[in-house]
Parts: sequence; C-alpha cells; structure tokens
Amino acid sequence: MQTAVIVFPASNCDRDAATALEKLTGKAPRMVWHNDPIIPDDVRFVVVPGGFSYGDYLRSGAIAANSPVIQDLKRKAEAGLPVLGICNGFQILTEARMLPGALMRNTNQKFVCRISRLRLANAKTRFTKRYDAKNEIDIPVAHHDGNFFADDDTLRRIEGNGQVVFRYVDNPNGSRNDIAGIVNEAGNVLGMMPHPERAVDKLHGGTDGIPLFKSILESL
Amino acid sequence: MAPTKPADGITPEIVAEHGLSESEYKIILDRVGREPNLTELGIFSVMWSEHCSYKSSRRHLGKFLTKSDRVIQGPGENAGVIDIDDGDAIIFKMESHNHPSYIEPYQGAATGVGGIMRDVFTMGARPIALLNALRFGAPDHPKTKSLVAGVVAGIGGYGNCVGVPTVGGETNFHEGYNGNILVNAMCVGLARTDNVFYSAAKGVGNPIFYVGSKTGRDGIHGATMASAEFDDDSDEKRPTVQVGDPFTEKLLIEACLELMATDAIIAIQDMGAAGLTSSSIEMADKGGVGIKLNLDKVPQREEGMTPYEMMLSESQERMLMVIQPGKEKLAFDVFEKWGLDVAKIGVTTDTGHLVLTHGRKTVCDIPISPLADDAPNYDRPHVPTEPRDVLEPHQVPEPTDFNDALLRVMTDPDMASKRWVWEQYDRHVMADTVDSSQSGGDAAIIRIHGTNKAIAITTDCTPRYCYADPVEGGKQVVAETWRNLTAVGADPIAITDCLNFGNPERPEIMGQFVGCIEGMNEACRAFDYPVVSGNVSLYNETNGVAIPPTPAVGGVGLISDLGYFKTLKGMKEGETLILLGETKGWLGSSIYLRALHNREDGAPPSVDLAAEKRTGDYVRKLIRNRRVSAVHDLSDGGLAAAASDMAFATGVGVALTNPSDLPGHAWYFGEDQARYLISTDANSINPILATAEGLGVKAQIVGKIGGDRIKATDAFDVSLVGMRDRWANWMPDLMSGATETV
Repeated sequence: MQTAVIVFPASNCDRDAATALEKLTGKAPRMVWHNDPIIPDDVRFVVVPGGFSYGDYLRSGAIAANSPVIQDLKRKAEAGLPVLGICNGFQILTEARMLPGALMRNTNQKFVCRISRLRLANAKTRFTKRYDAKNEIDIPVAHHDGNFFADDDTLRRIEGNGQVVFRYVDNPNGSRNDIAGIVNEAGNVLGMMPHPERAVDKLHGGTDGIPLFKSILESL
Repeated sequence: MAPTKPADGITPEIVAEHGLSESEYKIILDRVGREPNLTELGIFSVMWSEHCSYKSSRRHLGKFLTKSDRVIQGPGENAGVIDIDDGDAIIFKMESHNHPSYIEPYQGAATGVGGIMRDVFTMGARPIALLNALRFGAPDHPKTKSLVAGVVAGIGGYGNCVGVPTVGGETNFHEGYNGNILVNAMCVGLARTDNVFYSAAKGVGNPIFYVGSKTGRDGIHGATMASAEFDDDSDEKRPTVQVGDPFTEKLLIEACLELMATDAIIAIQDMGAAGLTSSSIEMADKGGVGIKLNLDKVPQREEGMTPYEMMLSESQERMLMVIQPGKEKLAFDVFEKWGLDVAKIGVTTDTGHLVLTHGRKTVCDIPISPLADDAPNYDRPHVPTEPRDVLEPHQVPEPTDFNDALLRVMTDPDMASKRWVWEQYDRHVMADTVDSSQSGGDAAIIRIHGTNKAIAITTDCTPRYCYADPVEGGKQVVAETWRNLTAVGADPIAITDCLNFGNPERPEIMGQFVGCIEGMNEACRAFDYPVVSGNVSLYNETNGVAIPPTPAVGGVGLISDLGYFKTLKGMKEGETLILLGETKGWLGSSIYLRALHNREDGAPPSVDLAAEKRTGDYVRKLIRNRRVSAVHDLSDGGLAAAASDMAFATGVGVALTNPSDLPGHAWYFGEDQARYLISTDANSINPILATAEGLGVKAQIVGKIGGDRIKATDAFDVSLVGMRDRWANWMPDLMSGATETV
C-alpha cells in the first residue's frame, strides 16, 4: 500500500508520520516536497503532518495552504483520495478550505503538550471504524493554535452531518463543542489536533492511535 | 602590512568601553605592532572577553577529568562527543544565556536554545533532546512571574518549532537570583562516530561559505555584556539581546545535515557569541591557517553596516564553513533548496592573519594566534568558603504537626510540581520519548531512533549546598546526576557543565568557583565520569550581590536494552519499599529547615563517593536482574519526598516506617546522600537484603505500598489526592497571581 507524507520546510512530525505509516503498511511512504506540483498517482493515502510549515509567523498554515503541493492535494481529495491532517496539517486543511472552521490561539495563550483523553463522537467514519464507540482513547496533543472555531451555522451543520469525529474529555484549548477532530462532508478528509502518529508504540505515547491508521488503511 | 584604513585614534576611554584593561591593551599593541583601528580593537575585545576567552576560569577547568574509553571528543570543540556503541555517537553540551534572559526573557531564552542546538548540529548530530536548568528569584519578587512566563514561552517557542523535544530539566526559585536569573540550556544530538564534524579549517585557498540568516546590528557586544555585572541601568542593554528565528534554525539543521552526508565540508562552526569574529578566528586558529574575508559579500539585513558592526554582530542562525574546492555548486544547491542565504565570503590563506576587506579597502589585518593563544589567563586570588558547623538532628526543632511539615516540604518552591512549565514544551515530537518530565522521574529516557537502546539524560544542581560548602556541593552535583541516571538503569557515561558564578575578581567568589570544581572533579574521577563539554558564566551579580554558586551539570547515560529500565512509576499494591544507603538524619541546609524554619544554615550533607559507587552499582544490578518494580533516588526532602513522588506518579499510597533510632523529622526529611528507594515484591525482599549485606550496602525495609494515603509511623497521615493537588497547584496558583502561603 503506497502512502505519502507532505513535507514543508518546517514540518517536524514528518518523520513521526512516516515511521507510523511504515510500521502499519510495511512500506515506506513517499515524502512529497512542498514545491512538488504533483502527488504521485500511486499514492492511496496522504498525511499532512504536524510542525510549523513555513515558520507560521503569519497565521498557522496560511501560507502552506497556498503551496503547490496543496493545490494538487485539493484536486485529488475532491476526487476521493483520503487525507489525514494532524495538528499543523489540520490547520493547513482549514486554511485551504478543505475542512470547515478555523484553529485559533489556545484560550490561555500558551502552548500545551499533554496526553489528551478523547471521546469518539463518530465511530462510523472511514478513520474510526476500528474503535469501540464506547471507549475513550488517549492521544497526545502539542499545539499553540488548536482552539477550533466555527460560526453557529457551520457548527450546527457539521454536528448534524456527523462530521465531528473526536471530542476532548478535558478541553485543553477552548475549542467550541470540545471539538478535537472533524471530517469533510464526503468523509475522506480528517483533520485533528491530537497526534495519532505519536500513539502507535507502547514505549512512546501508548497505542490508541493504531486503530485510526488501521481503519483508513483497511478502507482502501 | 599596515591597513590602508588609518588608525582611529584609540583613546584610553575607548579601550575601557571595550572592557579591556590597560595591561591587556599593551599586549595588543605589542602583538599587532602598531595601534589597532576600531574594528581590530573590537575583535580583540570580544575574543578576550571573559565569555570567549575563559580568562578567569581556564587554568581551573584544565583540572577536570576529560577522558574515558567512551569519550571521542572532550572539551575544546563546539560540544562533547561520546561513543554509545554500534557506530552511534552522542554529542551534547549545556550553555548559559543568563544575562540576555534577564534583560529580555523571551528572546534571551529562545536564542539560548537556538545557540546550544547549533553547537550540537555543527558537529554532525541531529538534535534529539533539549533540557533546561532554570533559576529564578523569590516567587514573590515583583519581577519573577514575568521572567518565568517569558523564559518558559521562549524556550517552548523555539524548541517546539524546530521540532526537538524538551524532555527534562529543573526549575528553582531563590531570592539569591532576584537580580540575575539563570537560563542554562542543554542539547543532546545523535551522530555516527565516523561522521563527526570539527571546526579546524584546513588547507590554503579553500572557499569559506556563510550560510543562514542575514547579519544585522543585533547583539553587538553581547559577549561583552555577558562578561560584566548588572546595575540599575541594565535594562538599557536590551538592544544587545538577539532575536531568534526558529524557522531558519530548522532549515539550517536540515540543510547542514543534508550537506554533511556528502564530502563537501572540511570544517564548520556556528556563529555564536562574538559572531563572525569568533567563528572565523577559532576555525583558523585550530587549523593553523589564515583567513581572508570580503565583508561586502556578507549577507546583510541593514544598509550601511560597518566592518566593526558586521564582525561583532550576534545575529542568530548563521554558520561558517570551509568547503572542499570543487564542491561549491553542491553546497549552493543544498542551501538554496532550503531557501537559505548563502555566500562565498572568503578563503583560507597561509598568512596566519585575519584579513578583512570592505569596499576594496583592507580594514583589518591582525595575527590570529595572539587572539586565541595570548588571551589573558588570570590566576585570580581565591579564598575558601568558611566551613559551617554540622547541625545534629536535636539542634533542629521537630514539627508540632507532621502533616503540615510534609505539606510545607512538598509545596516548597523547589519541590512543587513544575507541570506549568513542562506542559508548554513539546516533549513527544520525534516519537522516541520513553520518559520525560511528565512522570516526575529521575532522568529523561530517549530511545535511539530505530533501535532498542536509549540514552538517559538529567540536569542537576543544589546551589544551597554549593553555597554552604563549595567542595561538598560540587561533589553532590555530579553525584546526583550519576544517581539519577543510575535510578533508571542507565550506565552513566559523561557530563557537561554550566558553571554560573558571581564576579571572579572577588576572592570569595573565586573561592566558590575553585571549590566547586575541586568537588566536581573528585566525583568525576571516582565514577570514571568525565566532563566532555561545558560553559562558564561569571559576573552573575547585580549591584555587588552575587548569585549562589550554581554549577549546573547535565549527565548522559546509556540504556543498552530497553527491556531493562525502571522509573519511579510502576510500584504495585502490596509491595515493599526498601531504602538503600545509610541514613544519619542530615538536616543541615535541607529543604525541611528552609520550608519549616526559614533557615538555610548548617553544613550540607557530605558525599561519600565510595558509598555512592557501591550503592549505585547495586541498584543498576537490581534493575537488570528484574528485582525491582520502581526506583527513585533520594535528594531534596529526603525519604518523605521520594516516597510522595512515587505515590503521586503511580496513584497508589504508601505507609512508611521508621526502623532507626532517629527522631521522625531527621529520618523522614534528612537529606543524606547515596540513597535510593526501591519497590519490590515479597519474593525479592530477602535476596535483595542478603546481597546488599554482602556488598556492604545498607538496606532497610521502610514501608509498604497500598491504599490511598501517604502515611508514616509516628509522623504524617494525609490523603494522597489531597497532597498531590496542593503539590500540583503551587505553580499554577503562583502564575495566576493567587499565591497562597501554607
């Protein structure tokens, strides 16, 4: 199974994402450089990893959303290619309008790194089928801008459509409705602030991220 | 060869403004053979500053043990290098950024992190862990909260963006740091033993490349600022603090490591303190060559910069390298791929001189060897610290209420949880963090990527011991790092140090410095645990008041198999606690004395290095034989604090006993050294006690695991959750402004 990880100059979870994908697919993902205009055709699943893309001095993910590789990602995602945006990747996907809403500065204005407990808001998506809806899971967060915001209409719409996938049990950043992760309407693009790629190893962060990767990989 | 630029008419006032003494200026006149111009004087002044030349400390640093079977490179390079088998090398160093962090906490701390990372990747290592040792003034000092907030945000802002986990460190508060906080940052990197890069320029006619951020007017004379005391006008020094750009640092790391995988680089040096000056001179001096630079080629952020400004700028995120002739295009391509400014600014020469041209004129032509070799090397007068009386347990009042005593100890500023700090640091990026600050454990554990081995890392210092007795305190610092590495099952390998002291021109301060080094070195030798890198920060004084002597030490050890390591977590209901090591009930200079009686008197605990070694070696053996489920070393707050830490981390209660003849306060809160608390099941108790006896290690059963209380016979009995909440809330309460006094 060929997967890919997008690499911006200051992506810093690209290696972590690649390690997780290789562990779960048995095959090294393609590392696609931000200036590449085309994601190779054999790629069946793309991770937009965490980090600071181009430094994020303007607004997290704002410049990255206009990079060459994201234009191609947009086209391919519209055609159905599954995409997972983690942390900065989630910020980029909202800035690129591939997902609704925006990620603002955490309400306490501080960076937060902790193990966050999540509830499955929707365990029927392509990304969450392997989870038991009743169970809470532990996935690490590490971000400064993870405060999910959407206007009332958007919020009502995504809640109504079952697009909210994960909620924080103990909201670390002020996100509306405790939202930690959402999918697009078609269900093939997931964005989340917690890092499932940091939870695929019992020596590091636990293993609650594994069912997520297994769910999406098995759906391909 | 005389410069074409005429001399600038150097007056005694200009010499003094550059922090040079009259006698130092005379040496300059002699070595240059004429009056220097302003640029040349500026170059001498930064190279001979305390910060760059170590003129007060050099002769004492030379006493340290610096070699062992595992040392590949000791002090003298950008960082120390040790061998961790299988062709892997660990490169590490700790460095201070005290003066800038006090003036401008966010940028001061951020650039401290950036600087120490550059020291490590300059040598070919990918940074894999950051730690920091922070000392702030009294919690209720008006400046403390904003300094804490700024420093922590700066450290996080830089390390989080670059993507290197910040995994450990320490945060202390004491009024002795009211006017001079300490920000000591440590970076640990991973390289291959056959691909370590050094700074010695080689060959003649080889191109010199400048890579990274453009040069601006920031940080001019930062090294000189770091070599003087503060006074009430120190805020005016804010322009000498540099501004960090972690994005560029990230690009530099990736680009340098990419180029280092080829054979294009002959020598490489980051531009840290004293920027272009010290980097070019160090490279030339180590390689025994000359250097010619065309300053017109230096990428510049501002217009009209003078040679003086360019040579003394401390703009961040810049590297200097000597490139293999014929590989220039390869180098340009890599740096351009990463979007970095790159320029060929000069060549190596055979003149032995530093020659600078600007606007087609020679603006500097001075011999290089005096800049490095003839730097002043002072034998400053030093007087030893007056020894203090030993406080016997009966000389320290017992508490009327042991529950309150435990609460005061566990919510002492040095003891309380520092979650408020470490939660702002990304501890998990790179996905190899096996243990970090979040467990409250003795050492961080970082897996070597793709392997089943790991390194353990810790930073430690107990300044109140060093103040009371520099020699014993110095021993204790090194011993505590060794103990912390041991407590997780690692073989301690080597240390880096960051020696923070006051004004060395005062004999009592110099006495503290010399004493601490003596004690540290004694411990290093007892453990075969050498110093491989380090940094000295002197003049940490404001209006004549010096900080407590603070020789912070960062230790690194190896866990060769992750199947065998332990932390302070892991004890189970029904298990037994065994205390290893001798307890005499030492309360002098203890947390108990300070937290309950607001006293800091009494001699600090003495350190029996042979007992440390014996006990530590046994602990490692127990971990390898899977005899224990949890291990914690005893330090600040003694047995009561160690047991509480273990209970907090595990969520299971403890019931301690006192099998000794000592009064409760001395038994539970005494800070005798060379001790560990271990948890074990019923089957292992007798074998552990028997083996200990054979080895001459004192071992006593001191408690049981279970329940939801932290209690001790004839002493305290408190709810685990209640005590943990008070311990956890101390710092959030402080930072929200609602400091409560217990």
